[in-house]
Amino acid sequence: MSTDPTDPTAPRVGVDEWVASHEQRRVERPGLLGVVERTLAQVPSPAFYLGFAVAAALLPAVTSNGYIIDVGLNTLLYMLLALGLNITVGYAGLLDLGYVAFYGFAAYGYAMLASPQFGLHWDTLAVIPLVVIATAFLGFLVALPSRRLVGDYLAIVTLFFGELFATVYQNGESMTVFGFSRKYDVTGGPNGIPNIDQFHVFGARIGALNYTAYYYVALVFFMVLLFAMYLVDRSRTGRAWRSLREDPLAAELMGMPVNRLKLIAFACGAGIAGLAGTIFAAANTAVFASEFDFTSGLLIIVYAMLILGGAGSLGGVIVGALVVNVSLEVLRDPGHATWVFYTLICATLVARMRPWRWLGAIIAGTAAFGFVVHAIVSAAWPRGVDGQAAVGGVLGSGLRHWVVLPSNPTMIGNIAFICLVLAVLVLTLLHGSMQKLAMIPTLYLAAFVWENRLVVEPSITRLILVGVILIVLMNARPQGLLGTSRVEIV
Amino acid sequence: MNWNLFVTELVSGITHGSVYALIALGYSMVYGILKLLNFAHGDIYMVGSFIGFGIITVSGGATNLGMPVWLLLFVMLFCAMLGGGLLGVMIERFAYRRLRNAPRIAPLITALGVSFFLENAAQLVLGAQYRSYNSFSWKNPIALHGFTLPAQARISYAGVIVIVGTVVLVVGLTLFVQRTQLGKAMRATSFDREAASMMGIDVDHVIVATFFIGSALAGAAGVFNGIAYQQVWPYMGFTAGLYAFIAAVVGGIGSLPGAVLGGLTIGLAQSFSIGYISSTFSDAVVFGILIAVMIVRPSGLLGRAAVSKV
Repeated sequence: MSTDPTDPTAPRVGVDEWVASHEQRRVERPGLLGVVERTLAQVPSPAFYLGFAVAAALLPAVTSNGYIIDVGLNTLLYMLLALGLNITVGYAGLLDLGYVAFYGFAAYGYAMLASPQFGLHWDTLAVIPLVVIATAFLGFLVALPSRRLVGDYLAIVTLFFGELFATVYQNGESMTVFGFSRKYDVTGGPNGIPNIDQFHVFGARIGALNYTAYYYVALVFFMVLLFAMYLVDRSRTGRAWRSLREDPLAAELMGMPVNRLKLIAFACGAGIAGLAGTIFAAANTAVFASEFDFTSGLLIIVYAMLILGGAGSLGGVIVGALVVNVSLEVLRDPGHATWVFYTLICATLVARMRPWRWLGAIIAGTAAFGFVVHAIVSAAWPRGVDGQAAVGGVLGSGLRHWVVLPSNPTMIGNIAFICLVLAVLVLTLLHGSMQKLAMIPTLYLAAFVWENRLVVEPSITRLILVGVILIVLMNARPQGLLGTSRVEIV
Repeated sequence: MNWNLFVTELVSGITHGSVYALIALGYSMVYGILKLLNFAHGDIYMVGSFIGFGIITVSGGATNLGMPVWLLLFVMLFCAMLGGGLLGVMIERFAYRRLRNAPRIAPLITALGVSFFLENAAQLVLGAQYRSYNSFSWKNPIALHGFTLPAQARISYAGVIVIVGTVVLVVGLTLFVQRTQLGKAMRATSFDREAASMMGIDVDHVIVATFFIGSALAGAAGVFNGIAYQQVWPYMGFTAGLYAFIAAVVGGIGSLPGAVLGGLTIGLAQSFSIGYISSTFSDAVVFGILIAVMIVRPSGLLGRAAVSKV
């Protein structure tokens, strides 16, 4: 480094070069990958959105498998939810943990106005705007007392609002007006509201359980809102939101109407959740309050999508929702999940483990370790190896000779699960060759726990994995996978 | 006025409030030092409750017990506090430590992830069903010489154990924070972390100690809740943690007397609204109190208004 003060490239005193040259210092990859990256960077992002829209529109043409369309519809609903949350959390930086309540409120709103519950069967063209506006207004009301609150207080108020919503709707089958009137069945209580009308406009009606139609409805709404968000992102309001997120105090001093911006962000986010809620209610023909409380995991899953994609990035909303929902669906089936599990472990090892000879050593070591353990157990305790692998085929028969599969694995699997968690934690404390050596039994233990315990209970395993992904991702890349790390100015 | 109902709800409110207060203390301590909403705190309470359940089951339960009741209580509390404390320290070490200087949202999301992981891991290992503390003999109403309570007003031994235990723990914590050197270091760190570290205080050490003590109190709260209300299940931590955090906010976050006052307020509000209005709307009453306190005194009942420097 030159220290000559007349050299124009030398650091100058009093000039914040580090921040100013942040963009230029981003390392550009050499070679073909770099050329591809630079070319892609010049394509405007709406082109990518259009590409996604075309691909998504072709999905029902490519496959007639009802299950895949159903998953596609769910993914689109998640994308809508993530898009709305992206306004509140990603742009305005307000941590809204009651977001799912808006979704549920709108689903119930549609259900009440278009079902035998109150004998109302309003036209969809009237119901959707009404419900969306009502939900946005609810978002406005929730934000109203909280607008003075700093981030964490807002988080707790909204989180409690979400729980309050779930409790009230869960117990809403015999509501009175302050204890004076007769009891009304408003929400159906734990039984929810069944037999909800399909979307119907001027007599034209979507057939029952026609997921393809709802898929297109959701896709059209999502694309319209995505482009709207793209424009909002560049508008006066979008810039104001981002300045609010970066530094509320500075934004206020610059004359931004901070309170109004917060309220608008909340109402817009809630409104989009409301739209998703109406589609959800109509497509599923029934709503239950328990689908919207914390234990259902909906809130965590939507946050995982937003964070995975990178809060504040529109492309991230698409990628995050797609990756998370498709992985969660794959995990439903034990056979698929097992393939994904081993592929993921091998891919992680290949991507992260350097030098190469260690990679070979660890894979060979784990395999050998497994066969040795299997041989010892089958000699000492024959009942310890007569269980069945969850996956069939080549992988399954290979696993049967490698992983110890006791015939009654619940108890030992539980203990092994706790040991696995501890082993992974210890692994992060070790360094160098110790860590690599310790990896061999840990990997085998992971395979053991997977085969004996996790794969048996896919519904819990999915949620555990969501939690783990959030923790690991936040620790590795606090800005999310597609988010750019912000320059922190102290 | 129905005095029986009043006394019953009062005692129930104070018992519930004591449990909330113990959880709220840990929330408040951690928030005071790290400015972190530790959502996993409620799940530490759940783990503490399950540790107590394990011990009471292994020892045969309070009805046919191999050891004196006071010893059983002591062992349960000790193990739950130790287990909860160690769990809290582990969570801090592995999930939060690297995120101390990250944007605020990152540790919050991590805390949600930890909470979700603990709940579902507990469901995997322990099963989703409700378990019950086997402590029926403690549910009998107290009869004292020369003093009889109204016929239906019930004050059980369990309630007394919980209230007395909470008072002891709170007094102990206050003495610790006020009188010992580590307590002084905690107060200094909570006041200004950077300045404290410049004065030679080992901030890492203080944070670990804070997590340990706060989580140990949550573990004790788990055992108390089990003694008083029997039921334990993997998702119990979320709701209790939420109420406790609201208690901490209502009392003034960062203030230890505030956490206790807030816990009692929330417990009593809940209990009286269940008794006099309806159980469906007790949450709404608590929410109303939270909003009212936020509007009238944003820094909480006993909190100091923060002066923010630019």
